[in-house]
Amino acid sequence: MTTPAPPLENLPNVADTLQITRAQRILRGLWTAPLSAKLGLLIILVYVFVALFAPWIAPFGESEIVGKKYLPWGEEYFLGTDNLGRDMLTRLVYGARNTVGIALVTTVYAFVLGGTLGIIAAVLGGWIDQLLSRMVDVLMAIPALIFAMLLLSIFGTSVLSLILIIGLLDATRIFRITRAVSLNVVVMDFVEAARLRGEKLAWITLREILPSISAPLAAEFGIRFCFVFLTISALSFLGLGIQPPTADWGSMVRDTADLITFEDYTPLIPAAAIALLTIGVNFVVDWFLHQTSGLKDEL
Amino acid sequence: MNNIATMLLQRISLGLLTLFIVSLIIFLGVSMLPGDAAQAILGQAATPDTVAALRKQLGLDLPAHLRYINWLGGILQGDFGTSIGNGREISEVIGIRFANTIFLAAFAACISIPLSLLLGILAALYRNSIYDRTVNVVTLSSISTPEFFVAYILILFVSVKAGWFPSLSNIQGETGFLERLNKTFLPAVTLTLVSVAYMMRMTRAAIINLLSQSYIEMATLKGIRNPRIIIRHALPNAWAPIVNVIVLNLAYLIVGVVVVEVVFVYPGLGQLLVDAVQRRDMPVVQACCLIFAVTYVTLNLIADILSILTNPRLLHPK
Repeated sequence: MTTPAPPLENLPNVADTLQITRAQRILRGLWTAPLSAKLGLLIILVYVFVALFAPWIAPFGESEIVGKKYLPWGEEYFLGTDNLGRDMLTRLVYGARNTVGIALVTTVYAFVLGGTLGIIAAVLGGWIDQLLSRMVDVLMAIPALIFAMLLLSIFGTSVLSLILIIGLLDATRIFRITRAVSLNVVVMDFVEAARLRGEKLAWITLREILPSISAPLAAEFGIRFCFVFLTISALSFLGLGIQPPTADWGSMVRDTADLITFEDYTPLIPAAAIALLTIGVNFVVDWFLHQTSGLKDEL
Repeated sequence: MNNIATMLLQRISLGLLTLFIVSLIIFLGVSMLPGDAAQAILGQAATPDTVAALRKQLGLDLPAHLRYINWLGGILQGDFGTSIGNGREISEVIGIRFANTIFLAAFAACISIPLSLLLGILAALYRNSIYDRTVNVVTLSSISTPEFFVAYILILFVSVKAGWFPSLSNIQGETGFLERLNKTFLPAVTLTLVSVAYMMRMTRAAIINLLSQSYIEMATLKGIRNPRIIIRHALPNAWAPIVNVIVLNLAYLIVGVVVVEVVFVYPGLGQLLVDAVQRRDMPVVQACCLIFAVTYVTLNLIADILSILTNPRLLHPK
């Protein structure tokens, strides 16, 4: 959309030129990004690395009991052990995989559900739009955490129901924003032109509308991910989310919370792991929003 | 004025409709569960006859719509049914719990509302300054922080290390007001820290939005001084968004107490709900969810009504 037109004499190499300029532009964007955005990207990369290579980084098995309960920090157990004598560092590393992984799957599912329905509502309009919007209104009238707890007590606390429930509740927010941004695009001339050209609805949606709404949706993905991640962590902390023996940061805080009264920092570490990732993602999203809205102003 | 009355009526009826649907969802969701209260109270060993008898006694043999009417009718008269867990009347516990939650939310609101309005207005007035950017980064970080992280940091430093405030808010009926304030201080500060960022950003956005309007620019071009612009020109239009921010934040506070109550073992509605969900004590879950949802919907409704009532364009129709 914003790529400059390649010079005429280079026509055979259009694809190359485009790729190079795009890569260059991204690099330049990164180079000139504010410190907070660079920090955020670094944090995200570290988390992804730890999550991918968890079994090689972690010194012990995920739910292996390696020693006594509540051992202090030291040589053998770097961050000590938890309430069952499992190594804290190991569980922290695996938590990157479980907690972040589950939150990511939930967000993707919420996006597929809410995004699809949002575009459908915007493109088709009429009674389908009315029906979907009113349903979303009702779902959003109940506070998300309370609704999640109600549904979890009905369907039981398993990872699958956690993903499905949080995903559904979050899809309502995504539906709203997707519908709103798509409605702005649907009335544009180029969509009208495509319609008059006789393009099919699916083509219009995928080729005309989707590319135009991808930037706000990408930012929304970051925001929703943070929200889902925090909700799942809160539920796990309350004992209603990810269940043992799966290593998860929210439940790790809960398991070791008693240590806080002995001036022990251990419970703060998984909590800080949660906070750090959301802060990182938020920094990147903030920068991205600034970038994309700035580009719009230029055009 | 007629115009306003119609709008208010529309909003209120929409709110009542929402409340009705919410209660329906809460009721139907639970009645989808296999087994019912009678089975749960008597356990697996009970004979079918005794289960049927209890079901009749509790009115569970009636069809769903009659049960819904009974349930809702009971709640409107203050009868929430009996807990499966301990067989006690839910209304005995829930009143005190709800009052405690309101106390905590109100305490937090007393600190957070003035603070966030001040910070938000300052950030809007001095936007893109170092102050604004610092506040932006700090609030972004604090929005991203889980409540229990803030809570445990406070417990560690303020309570355990410094020993200024207790880390457990085990208040009871006879706890005096001052002691109550003392014991609720840390949960209230936690809620404040988590909610100020959100409220402050909304205030900042509302004011910036307002200051970019052309009539404000006009006032500046006429040479009116800044304080006068803000008080005479900006503020009358700013009340609606500010009031909106405050009421929405109250809604957020009352619902956001759940995690904080659990961390500080505060005997509020949120803790009751978490316990009930863990024990799958459905009547209690229903009652708590309904109270939370009704409070939330009502506060949102009040925010809408107030923003209609404080809108100068509606109050002074052409």
